[in-house]
Amino acid sequence: MNTLDVRSQLKDSVPVAGFGPHGSYGLQDSLRTGFTSIKNELIPSHSLELSEKNFQVNQDKMNMSTLRNIQGIHAPLKLKMELKAATQIQRLPFLPSSHLALDTLRGSDETIGFDDILNDPNQSEVMGEPHMMVEYKLGVL
Amino acid sequence: MATLTVSRAPLGGFDFGNCKRNAVLERETNTAGCSLPSARKTGTTICGIVFKDGVVLGADTRATEGMVVADKNCSKIHYISPNIYCCGAGTAADTEMTTQIISSNLELHSLSTGRLPRVATANRMLKQMLFRYQGYIGAALVLGGVDCNGPHLYSIYPHGSTDKLPYVTMGSGSLAAMAVFEDRYKPDLEEEEAKRLVRDAIAAGIFNDLGSGSNIDLCVITKGKVDYIRPHDEANKKGIRTGDYKYKAGTTGVLSKVVTRLDLELVNEAVLTMDTS
Repeated sequence: MNTLDVRSQLKDSVPVAGFGPHGSYGLQDSLRTGFTSIKNELIPSHSLELSEKNFQVNQDKMNMSTLRNIQGIHAPLKLKMELKAATQIQRLPFLPSSHLALDTLRGSDETIGFDDILNDPNQSEVMGEPHMMVEYKLGVL
Repeated sequence: MATLTVSRAPLGGFDFGNCKRNAVLERETNTAGCSLPSARKTGTTICGIVFKDGVVLGADTRATEGMVVADKNCSKIHYISPNIYCCGAGTAADTEMTTQIISSNLELHSLSTGRLPRVATANRMLKQMLFRYQGYIGAALVLGGVDCNGPHLYSIYPHGSTDKLPYVTMGSGSLAAMAVFEDRYKPDLEEEEAKRLVRDAIAAGIFNDLGSGSNIDLCVITKGKVDYIRPHDEANKKGIRTGDYKYKAGTTGVLSKVVTRLDLELVNEAVLTMDTS
Protein backbone atom coordinates (compact mmCIF):
# COMPACT_ATOMS: atom_id res chain seq x y z
CA MET A 1 0.00 0.00 0.00
CA ASN A 2 1.41 3.34 -0.89
CA THR A 3 -0.61 5.37 1.58
CA LEU A 4 -2.47 4.93 4.85
CA ASP A 5 -4.98 7.25 6.44
CA VAL A 6 -3.85 9.92 8.88
CA ARG A 7 -4.66 8.17 12.15
CA SER A 8 -2.80 4.97 11.32
CA GLN A 9 0.13 7.00 9.97
CA LEU A 10 0.47 8.84 13.25
CA LYS A 11 0.67 5.48 15.00
CA ASP A 12 3.01 3.66 12.66
CA SER A 13 5.35 6.38 11.56
CA VAL A 14 8.97 5.84 12.41
CA PRO A 15 9.97 8.55 14.88
CA VAL A 16 13.36 9.12 13.22
CA ALA A 17 12.44 12.41 11.54
CA GLY A 18 10.15 13.54 14.34
CA PHE A 19 7.24 15.77 13.70
CA GLY A 20 7.82 18.66 16.03
CA PRO A 21 11.34 19.85 16.79
CA HIS A 22 12.15 18.85 20.34
CA GLY A 23 14.87 20.00 22.67
CA SER A 24 16.17 18.07 25.61
CA TYR A 25 13.65 16.25 27.84
CA GLY A 26 11.13 16.38 24.97
CA LEU A 27 10.03 19.93 25.78
CA GLN A 28 9.72 22.74 23.25
CA ASP A 29 12.93 24.51 22.44
CA SER A 30 11.92 28.15 22.03
CA LEU A 31 15.45 29.42 21.56
CA ARG A 32 16.18 27.30 18.51
CA THR A 33 12.79 26.66 16.99
CA GLY A 34 10.58 29.54 18.05
CA PHE A 35 7.08 29.41 19.48
CA THR A 36 5.15 26.23 18.83
CA SER A 37 1.67 25.05 19.55
CA ILE A 38 0.47 21.55 20.30
CA LYS A 39 -1.98 21.73 17.41
CA ASN A 40 0.80 22.48 14.93
CA GLU A 41 2.77 19.50 16.12
CA LEU A 42 0.02 16.91 16.33
CA ILE A 43 -2.09 17.62 13.26
CA PRO A 44 -0.29 17.65 9.92
CA SER A 45 -0.94 20.70 7.75
CA HIS A 46 -1.67 18.59 4.69
CA SER A 47 -3.03 15.06 4.44
CA LEU A 48 -0.07 14.04 2.30
CA GLU A 49 2.57 15.40 4.67
CA LEU A 50 2.93 12.33 6.87
CA SER A 51 2.73 9.84 4.05
CA GLU A 52 5.36 11.70 2.03
CA LYS A 53 7.66 12.00 5.01
CA ASN A 54 7.59 8.25 5.59
CA PHE A 55 7.29 7.16 1.98
CA GLN A 56 10.82 5.91 1.45
CA VAL A 57 10.87 4.12 4.80
CA ASN A 58 7.55 2.38 4.12
CA GLN A 59 8.61 1.34 0.62
CA ASP A 60 11.79 -0.19 1.99
CA LYS A 61 9.86 -2.03 4.71
CA MET A 62 7.41 -3.42 2.17
CA ASN A 63 10.15 -4.51 -0.22
CA MET A 64 12.17 -6.16 2.51
CA SER A 65 9.23 -8.10 3.89
CA THR A 66 8.28 -9.29 0.38
CA LEU A 67 11.85 -10.40 -0.14
CA ARG A 68 11.87 -12.21 3.19
CA ASN A 69 8.70 -14.08 2.32
CA ILE A 70 9.96 -15.12 -1.10
CA GLN A 71 13.63 -15.83 -0.55
CA GLY A 72 14.09 -16.27 3.18
CA ILE A 73 15.85 -14.18 5.80
CA HIS A 74 19.25 -14.07 4.09
CA ALA A 75 18.13 -11.79 1.26
CA PRO A 76 16.93 -8.77 3.31
CA LEU A 77 19.80 -9.33 5.73
CA LYS A 78 22.44 -9.02 3.03
CA LEU A 79 20.70 -6.05 1.41
CA LYS A 80 20.30 -4.24 4.72
CA MET A 81 23.98 -4.76 5.44
CA GLU A 82 24.97 -3.28 2.09
CA LEU A 83 22.58 -0.36 2.57
CA LYS A 84 23.97 0.35 6.01
CA ALA A 85 27.50 0.35 4.62
CA ALA A 86 26.47 2.66 1.77
CA THR A 87 24.74 5.19 4.04
CA GLN A 88 27.99 5.69 5.90
CA ILE A 89 29.74 6.94 2.74
CA GLN A 90 28.87 10.60 2.97
CA ARG A 91 30.31 13.98 3.84
CA LEU A 92 29.56 15.91 7.00
CA PRO A 93 25.83 16.59 7.34
CA PHE A 94 25.83 20.24 6.30
CA LEU A 95 27.74 19.56 3.07
CA PRO A 96 25.97 18.11 0.02
CA SER A 97 26.77 14.43 -0.52
CA SER A 98 26.05 12.57 -3.72
CA HIS A 99 24.79 9.28 -2.14
CA LEU A 100 26.04 7.48 -5.26
CA ALA A 101 26.40 4.02 -3.71
CA LEU A 102 23.06 4.35 -1.93
CA ASP A 103 21.30 5.39 -5.12
CA THR A 104 22.80 2.51 -7.07
CA LEU A 105 21.69 -0.01 -4.44
CA ARG A 106 18.18 1.40 -4.24
CA GLY A 107 17.83 1.75 -8.00
CA SER A 108 17.03 5.46 -7.72
CA ASP A 109 19.92 6.36 -10.05
CA GLU A 110 17.66 5.19 -12.89
CA THR A 111 14.50 7.02 -11.86
CA ILE A 112 13.41 10.64 -11.76
CA GLY A 113 10.76 11.77 -9.33
CA PHE A 114 9.54 14.99 -7.76
CA ASP A 115 12.35 14.86 -5.20
CA ASP A 116 14.88 15.39 -8.01
CA ILE A 117 13.01 18.26 -9.62
CA LEU A 118 11.44 20.20 -6.75
CA ASN A 119 13.49 21.51 -3.82
CA ASP A 120 16.75 19.94 -4.95
CA PRO A 121 18.92 20.00 -1.78
CA ASN A 122 21.99 20.79 -3.91
CA GLN A 123 20.31 24.01 -5.04
CA SER A 124 19.00 25.09 -1.67
CA GLU A 125 19.62 28.76 -0.85
CA VAL A 126 20.22 28.19 2.84
CA MET A 127 22.82 26.07 4.52
CA GLY A 128 22.27 24.28 7.78
CA GLU A 129 24.18 25.53 10.76
CA PRO A 130 27.34 23.36 10.78
CA HIS A 131 27.82 22.98 14.54
CA MET A 132 24.16 22.19 15.21
CA MET A 133 23.97 19.62 12.45
CA VAL A 134 27.13 17.78 13.44
CA GLU A 135 26.07 17.77 17.09
CA TYR A 136 22.63 16.43 16.11
CA LYS A 137 24.21 13.68 14.04
CA LEU A 138 26.61 12.64 16.78
CA GLY A 139 23.83 12.72 19.33
CA VAL A 140 25.47 15.21 21.69
CA LEU A 141 22.75 17.78 21.06
CA MET B 1 11.02 28.80 6.49
CA ALA B 2 9.37 28.26 9.81
CA THR B 3 12.55 27.88 11.84
CA LEU B 4 15.79 29.77 11.66
CA THR B 5 18.09 26.81 12.19
CA VAL B 6 18.00 23.46 10.47
CA SER B 7 19.19 20.38 12.33
CA ARG B 8 18.56 17.77 9.62
CA ALA B 9 19.60 17.82 5.98
CA PRO B 10 16.81 19.07 3.71
CA LEU B 11 15.02 16.53 1.53
CA GLY B 12 13.88 17.14 -2.01
CA GLY B 13 10.31 16.87 -3.26
CA PHE B 14 7.17 18.63 -2.10
CA ASP B 15 7.48 21.07 0.78
CA PHE B 16 4.40 21.42 3.00
CA GLY B 17 5.73 24.38 4.98
CA ASN B 18 3.29 26.91 3.57
CA CYS B 19 0.10 24.82 3.79
CA LYS B 20 -1.11 26.31 7.06
CA ARG B 21 -0.36 29.83 5.87
CA ASN B 22 -2.25 29.19 2.62
CA ALA B 23 -5.25 27.84 4.53
CA VAL B 24 -5.33 30.99 6.68
CA LEU B 25 -5.01 33.22 3.59
CA GLU B 26 -7.84 31.42 1.86
CA ARG B 27 -10.09 31.78 4.89
CA GLU B 28 -9.28 35.49 5.17
CA THR B 29 -9.98 36.23 1.50
CA ASN B 30 -13.23 34.24 1.64
CA THR B 31 -14.50 36.29 4.58
CA ALA B 32 -13.48 39.46 2.71
CA GLY B 33 -15.55 38.33 -0.27
CA CYS B 34 -12.91 37.74 -2.97
CA SER B 35 -11.32 34.47 -3.97
CA LEU B 36 -7.78 33.30 -4.70
CA PRO B 37 -6.81 32.75 -8.36
CA SER B 38 -7.53 29.23 -9.57
CA ALA B 39 -5.18 26.89 -11.38
CA ARG B 40 -5.31 26.72 -15.16
CA LYS B 41 -7.33 23.67 -16.18
CA THR B 42 -7.75 22.06 -19.54
CA GLY B 43 -11.55 21.59 -19.38
CA THR B 44 -11.27 19.23 -22.19
CA THR B 45 -12.40 16.55 -24.53
CA ILE B 46 -9.80 13.82 -25.09
CA CYS B 47 -10.43 10.39 -26.51
CA GLY B 48 -8.70 7.37 -27.97
CA ILE B 49 -9.65 4.41 -30.08
CA VAL B 50 -7.97 1.14 -31.05
CA PHE B 51 -8.27 0.34 -34.75
CA LYS B 52 -6.95 -2.46 -36.92
CA ASP B 53 -3.24 -1.54 -37.01
CA GLY B 54 -2.85 0.77 -34.04
CA VAL B 55 -4.26 3.57 -31.93
CA VAL B 56 -5.77 6.98 -32.75
CA LEU B 57 -5.68 9.65 -30.02
CA GLY B 58 -7.64 12.88 -30.31
CA ALA B 59 -7.89 16.10 -28.29
CA ASP B 60 -9.33 19.60 -28.49
CA THR B 61 -7.07 22.63 -27.93
CA ARG B 62 -8.69 24.96 -25.41
CA ALA B 63 -7.22 25.72 -21.97
CA THR B 64 -9.46 27.55 -19.50
CA GLU B 65 -8.70 29.54 -16.34
CA GLY B 66 -12.02 29.80 -14.52
CA MET B 67 -14.43 31.34 -17.03
CA VAL B 68 -11.75 32.73 -19.37
CA VAL B 69 -10.00 30.92 -22.20
CA ALA B 70 -6.32 30.98 -21.28
CA ASP B 71 -4.91 29.32 -24.40
CA LYS B 72 -6.76 29.00 -27.69
CA ASN B 73 -4.36 26.51 -29.17
CA CYS B 74 -2.65 24.44 -26.51
CA SER B 75 -1.23 21.03 -27.21
CA LYS B 76 -2.79 18.27 -25.11
CA ILE B 77 -1.21 15.22 -26.72
CA HIS B 78 2.11 14.70 -24.95
CA TYR B 79 5.07 12.59 -26.02
CA ILE B 80 5.97 9.71 -23.73
CA SER B 81 8.19 7.58 -25.96
CA PRO B 82 8.56 7.10 -29.74
CA ASN B 83 5.72 4.57 -29.74
CA ILE B 84 3.59 5.89 -26.86
CA TYR B 85 1.65 9.15 -26.61
CA CYS B 86 -0.60 10.46 -23.84
CA CYS B 87 -3.51 12.94 -23.84
CA GLY B 88 -4.02 14.91 -20.63
CA ALA B 89 -7.10 16.48 -19.03
CA GLY B 90 -7.35 18.25 -15.68
CA THR B 91 -4.88 20.76 -14.28
CA ALA B 92 -2.58 21.72 -17.17
CA ALA B 93 0.64 21.91 -15.13
CA ASP B 94 -0.02 18.55 -13.50
CA THR B 95 -0.55 16.72 -16.79
CA GLU B 96 2.49 18.42 -18.32
CA MET B 97 4.90 17.58 -15.47
CA THR B 98 3.54 14.08 -14.89
CA THR B 99 3.91 13.10 -18.53
CA GLN B 100 7.40 14.57 -18.69
CA ILE B 101 8.51 12.69 -15.57
CA ILE B 102 7.10 9.41 -16.85
CA SER B 103 8.67 10.02 -20.25
CA SER B 104 12.09 10.47 -18.62
CA ASN B 105 11.64 7.41 -16.44
CA LEU B 106 10.57 5.30 -19.44
CA GLU B 107 13.60 6.46 -21.41
CA LEU B 108 15.95 5.49 -18.58
CA HIS B 109 14.13 2.18 -18.18
CA SER B 110 14.32 1.37 -21.89
CA LEU B 111 18.04 2.23 -21.95
CA SER B 112 18.50 -0.14 -19.04
CA THR B 113 16.50 -3.02 -20.58
CA GLY B 114 17.62 -2.31 -24.15
CA ARG B 115 14.07 -2.73 -25.53
CA LEU B 116 11.28 -0.53 -26.81
CA PRO B 117 9.09 0.43 -23.82
CA ARG B 118 5.67 -1.14 -23.40
CA VAL B 119 2.43 0.72 -22.83
CA ALA B 120 1.70 -1.39 -19.74
CA THR B 121 4.94 -0.12 -18.17
CA ALA B 122 3.95 3.50 -18.69
CA ASN B 123 0.49 2.71 -17.30
CA ARG B 124 1.90 1.06 -14.18
CA MET B 125 4.33 3.95 -13.53
CA LEU B 126 1.58 6.55 -13.94
CA LYS B 127 -0.93 4.78 -11.71
CA GLN B 128 1.61 4.23 -8.94
CA MET B 129 2.63 7.89 -8.97
CA LEU B 130 -0.94 9.20 -9.04
CA PHE B 131 -2.03 6.88 -6.22
CA ARG B 132 0.91 7.96 -4.11
CA TYR B 133 -0.38 11.56 -4.21
CA GLN B 134 -3.99 10.50 -3.50
CA GLY B 135 -5.62 12.55 -6.25
CA TYR B 136 -3.96 15.86 -5.33
CA ILE B 137 -2.22 15.73 -8.70
CA GLY B 138 -5.22 16.47 -10.95
CA ALA B 139 -4.21 14.62 -14.09
CA ALA B 140 -6.72 12.49 -16.01
CA LEU B 141 -4.92 10.80 -18.89
CA VAL B 142 -5.60 8.74 -21.98
CA LEU B 143 -2.50 6.68 -22.71
CA GLY B 144 -2.12 4.90 -26.04
CA GLY B 145 0.62 3.23 -28.01
CA VAL B 146 1.82 0.27 -30.03
CA ASP B 147 4.44 -2.11 -28.66
CA CYS B 148 5.60 -5.68 -29.29
CA ASN B 149 2.23 -7.03 -28.08
CA GLY B 150 0.10 -4.87 -30.36
CA PRO B 151 -1.91 -1.67 -29.83
CA HIS B 152 -3.02 -0.76 -26.29
CA LEU B 153 -5.21 2.01 -24.88
CA TYR B 154 -5.56 2.91 -21.20
CA SER B 155 -7.49 5.58 -19.33
CA ILE B 156 -5.97 6.79 -16.04
CA TYR B 157 -7.95 8.74 -13.41
CA PRO B 158 -6.42 11.29 -10.99
CA HIS B 159 -6.71 8.97 -7.99
CA GLY B 160 -4.78 6.19 -9.70
CA SER B 161 -7.36 3.79 -11.15
CA THR B 162 -6.88 2.64 -14.73
CA ASP B 163 -9.00 0.95 -17.38
CA LYS B 164 -7.80 -0.94 -20.42
CA LEU B 165 -10.46 -0.54 -23.12
CA PRO B 166 -10.83 -0.39 -26.91
CA TYR B 167 -12.23 3.17 -26.79
CA VAL B 168 -12.02 5.77 -23.99
CA THR B 169 -12.93 9.41 -23.44
CA MET B 170 -11.94 11.80 -20.62
CA GLY B 171 -12.47 15.41 -19.64
CA SER B 172 -15.51 17.64 -19.28
CA GLY B 173 -16.67 16.81 -22.82
CA SER B 174 -16.24 13.08 -22.31
CA LEU B 175 -19.95 12.31 -22.25
CA ALA B 176 -20.55 13.99 -25.61
CA ALA B 177 -17.59 12.15 -27.15
CA MET B 178 -18.58 8.82 -25.58
CA ALA B 179 -22.07 9.14 -27.08
CA VAL B 180 -20.51 9.30 -30.56
CA PHE B 181 -18.26 6.32 -29.83
CA GLU B 182 -21.06 4.21 -28.42
CA ASP B 183 -23.10 4.82 -31.54
CA ARG B 184 -20.49 4.22 -34.23
CA TYR B 185 -17.63 2.14 -32.83
CA LYS B 186 -16.92 -1.24 -34.44
CA PRO B 187 -13.89 -3.46 -33.76
CA ASP B 188 -11.17 -3.54 -36.46
CA LEU B 189 -11.85 -0.21 -38.16
CA GLU B 190 -9.70 1.08 -41.00
CA GLU B 191 -7.39 4.05 -40.39
CA GLU B 192 -9.49 6.64 -42.27
CA GLU B 193 -12.71 5.51 -40.60
CA ALA B 194 -11.07 5.61 -37.17
CA LYS B 195 -9.72 9.15 -37.79
CA ARG B 196 -13.16 10.30 -38.90
CA LEU B 197 -14.79 8.75 -35.82
CA VAL B 198 -12.32 10.41 -33.43
CA ARG B 199 -12.72 13.73 -35.24
CA ASP B 200 -16.49 13.51 -34.88
CA ALA B 201 -16.27 12.57 -31.20
CA ILE B 202 -14.00 15.54 -30.39
CA ALA B 203 -16.24 17.83 -32.46
CA ALA B 204 -19.22 16.66 -30.38
CA GLY B 205 -17.29 17.62 -27.26
CA ILE B 206 -16.25 20.99 -28.71
CA PHE B 207 -19.75 22.02 -29.76
CA ASN B 208 -21.59 20.75 -26.69
CA ASP B 209 -19.20 21.56 -23.85
CA LEU B 210 -18.09 25.05 -22.79
CA GLY B 211 -14.74 23.82 -21.51
CA SER B 212 -13.63 22.46 -24.90
CA GLY B 213 -13.10 24.37 -28.10
CA SER B 214 -10.89 25.58 -30.94
CA ASN B 215 -9.19 22.94 -33.06
CA ILE B 216 -8.98 19.15 -33.16
CA ASP B 217 -5.56 17.48 -32.85
CA LEU B 218 -5.06 13.87 -33.86
CA CYS B 219 -2.24 11.42 -33.25
CA VAL B 220 -2.20 8.16 -35.21
CA ILE B 221 0.22 5.54 -33.81
CA THR B 222 0.96 2.40 -35.79
CA LYS B 223 3.82 -0.09 -35.60
CA GLY B 224 6.90 1.91 -36.55
CA LYS B 225 5.12 5.15 -37.51
CA VAL B 226 3.55 8.06 -35.63
CA ASP B 227 1.44 10.74 -37.34
CA TYR B 228 1.02 13.81 -35.14
CA ILE B 229 -1.56 15.89 -37.01
CA ARG B 230 -1.87 19.32 -35.43
CA PRO B 231 -4.36 20.69 -36.33
CA HIS B 232 -6.37 18.04 -38.05
CA ASP B 233 -9.48 20.19 -38.25
CA GLU B 234 -10.14 23.80 -37.37
CA ALA B 235 -13.66 23.42 -36.04
CA ASN B 236 -13.92 26.99 -34.78
CA LYS B 237 -12.52 29.52 -37.26
CA LYS B 238 -12.35 33.17 -36.28
CA GLY B 239 -14.54 35.19 -38.65
CA ILE B 240 -13.25 37.77 -41.16
CA ARG B 241 -14.58 41.32 -40.86
CA THR B 242 -16.84 42.09 -43.79
CA GLY B 243 -17.21 45.86 -43.20
CA ASP B 244 -14.97 48.74 -42.15
CA TYR B 245 -15.85 51.78 -40.03
CA LYS B 246 -12.95 53.95 -41.30
CA TYR B 247 -13.92 57.09 -43.27
CA LYS B 248 -12.31 57.78 -46.64
CA ALA B 249 -10.09 60.89 -46.94
CA GLY B 250 -12.12 63.88 -48.08
CA THR B 251 -15.42 62.77 -46.49
CA THR B 252 -15.53 65.89 -44.35
CA GLY B 253 -15.61 69.07 -46.49
CA VAL B 254 -13.14 71.93 -45.67
CA LEU B 255 -14.91 75.29 -45.20
CA SER B 256 -12.05 77.68 -44.30
CA LYS B 257 -8.31 77.59 -43.55
CA VAL B 258 -6.37 79.91 -41.14
CA VAL B 259 -2.54 79.73 -40.75
CA THR B 260 -0.90 81.26 -37.60
CA ARG B 261 2.90 81.77 -37.59
CA LEU B 262 4.81 80.99 -34.38
CA ASP B 263 7.77 83.45 -34.08
CA LEU B 264 10.48 81.42 -32.36
CA GLU B 265 14.01 82.65 -31.63
CA LEU B 266 16.87 80.44 -32.79
CA VAL B 267 19.15 80.12 -29.70
CA ASN B 268 21.72 77.50 -30.57
CA GLU B 269 22.53 75.30 -33.53
CA ALA B 270 24.80 72.26 -33.13
CA VAL B 271 25.58 69.26 -35.29
CA LEU B 272 26.34 66.00 -33.45
CA THR B 273 27.83 63.24 -35.56
CA MET B 274 26.40 59.76 -35.06
CA ASP B 275 28.76 56.97 -34.19
CA THR B 276 28.16 54.55 -37.03
CA SER B 277 31.20 52.34 -36.41
